[in-house]
Amino acid sequence: MNGETLNLLPALPELILAIGGMALLMLGVFQGDKSYRQIANLSILLLLVCMVVMINQVGGDRDVTFNGMFVTDAFAVFAKTLVYLGSAVAILIAGKFLSEHGIAKFEYPVLIVFATLGMLIMVSANNLMSLYVGLELQSLSLYVLAAMNRDRLRSTEAGLKYFVLGALSSGMLLYGISLIYGFSGTTDFDVLATSIKGAESMSIGIVIGMVFLLAGLAFKVSAVPFHMWTPDVYEGSPTPVTAFFAAAPKVAAMALLVRVLINGFPGMVAEWQQIIVFISIASMLVGSFVALVQTNIKRLMAYSSIGHIGYALVGVAAGTQDGIEAVLVYLAIYLTMTLGAFAAILTMRKNDGMVENIEDLAGLSTTNLPMAVAISIFMFSLAGIPLLAGFFGKWFIFLAAVEAGMIPLAIIGFLASVVACYYYLRVVKVMFFDESAGAFEGGQGQAVSAVVGVSALVNSPVSFLLIGSLGSAAAWAANSLLF
Amino acid sequence: MTVGLGHYLTVAAILFVFGVFGIFLNRKNVIIILMSIELMLLAVNINLVAFSTFQGDMAGQVLAMFVLTVAAAEAAIGLAILVVYFRSRGSIAVEDINQMKG
Repeated sequence: MNGETLNLLPALPELILAIGGMALLMLGVFQGDKSYRQIANLSILLLLVCMVVMINQVGGDRDVTFNGMFVTDAFAVFAKTLVYLGSAVAILIAGKFLSEHGIAKFEYPVLIVFATLGMLIMVSANNLMSLYVGLELQSLSLYVLAAMNRDRLRSTEAGLKYFVLGALSSGMLLYGISLIYGFSGTTDFDVLATSIKGAESMSIGIVIGMVFLLAGLAFKVSAVPFHMWTPDVYEGSPTPVTAFFAAAPKVAAMALLVRVLINGFPGMVAEWQQIIVFISIASMLVGSFVALVQTNIKRLMAYSSIGHIGYALVGVAAGTQDGIEAVLVYLAIYLTMTLGAFAAILTMRKNDGMVENIEDLAGLSTTNLPMAVAISIFMFSLAGIPLLAGFFGKWFIFLAAVEAGMIPLAIIGFLASVVACYYYLRVVKVMFFDESAGAFEGGQGQAVSAVVGVSALVNSPVSFLLIGSLGSAAAWAANSLLF
Repeated sequence: MTVGLGHYLTVAAILFVFGVFGIFLNRKNVIIILMSIELMLLAVNINLVAFSTFQGDMAGQVLAMFVLTVAAAEAAIGLAILVVYFRSRGSIAVEDINQMKG
């Protein structure tokens, strides 16, 4: 770069987001706590503006900047669009909940903006250094968000647990990075890939480093055996924060995992494939069986998200272009299902505050039929019942696995999803066939209703119309990753 | 005896394992966990600087500076969360962090 001008265009949306986030922080500080509404609206606007700038100005051509540390391509554009949408919706549905709990502080949207910035850097990381910095920017914001309801013990405990286990996983990831750097002499993914391919024999140091790196990333996507934080953090955090945790960070971490493995370690497929297959099977099984005994709906969703990450990892394990395409489709569908389900959970409110038990949904069909139908759609879609969006996601994933010759993996995944059907259908049964446990109070706000409505529509059989274009967008994205 | 790369890596590995065990085996209080986390990150820094020196490549030292900065931010956030937790629970003993099962 000596003497050349730095080409900042590929990172333009991130720069706008960083400067905008800091400006919003200043605005919030000077205006005080009353500015929540204004800052929240401006944050959503900022996220959407950055998304439009990214799609229009940056586009899907592969381009690197900052000495190859930051890469943008169609894969990044696809994943980042999901991240932007997930974050914007998380701010959108939070207003009513936060003001009722007395935590409508301007820090919430600002922290989400900074976490989003971290996720964007993760998705675009092309170097172990930018990977680490992006990951930490995201994680540090998320720790604070989890503990945001600071007068409530459960929220602070969730923050503390998330922090301790998150820091442990960052430590392992970093140890892995140091070993990879030491034994390959580079931190750049492209150089790393060529040096591994060109090597006579596999360096054991790089393999150990990669295992540590995968352990750290598995924690961030909450894959078994690094999932132990998920149920507690999901249960303890304020519900809008949980909705955020379940959506955008999962997409970003999966995209990062895919990029590291496909771009950084293409010469070590046999090594990482075993690990991914193991954590994928373990996540699917834990996500199915442990969820059977849950009574709290947020804990249920936590195990559900562990299971879904397991399915997405099946596509990563396949390692083919079809596999990556299936992962992207799956993540997009997972995002709509999760955000819709959590928006629905936000409406579970009775006179004495929020309720979170599955029993509290009893007889919802008699008191609020549209909501009961919407929740049923989310549950059927999460279970992967044919005709709903979730089915297409699983279909593409298992198809890619079978085509890559991983038939046992696909069979285990299929059986796990059959087991998982039980607990999703139990929620539907409670809503439609049990004695009513009293109506929920209305008035959760138009934004939440709109999110529930739109995501229910997208997940309903209408998804037939959308799946084609989603599939071709994912194919375009996956194609750019493998060049 | 000359001190070679292997010696540095051994020290770092030992420190790293101390850090991990400090998090899992400690039953007393959370401050010790925070110290263990620092120990892990510093072990990584020893690794990075040693590799960087022996390869004559600056990237490792640059990364070490990033790690130091992030470790400082992480410690600040960890202590802040700990203070908030203490205010509502009245204790920072590890065995008292049990409001949610798991």
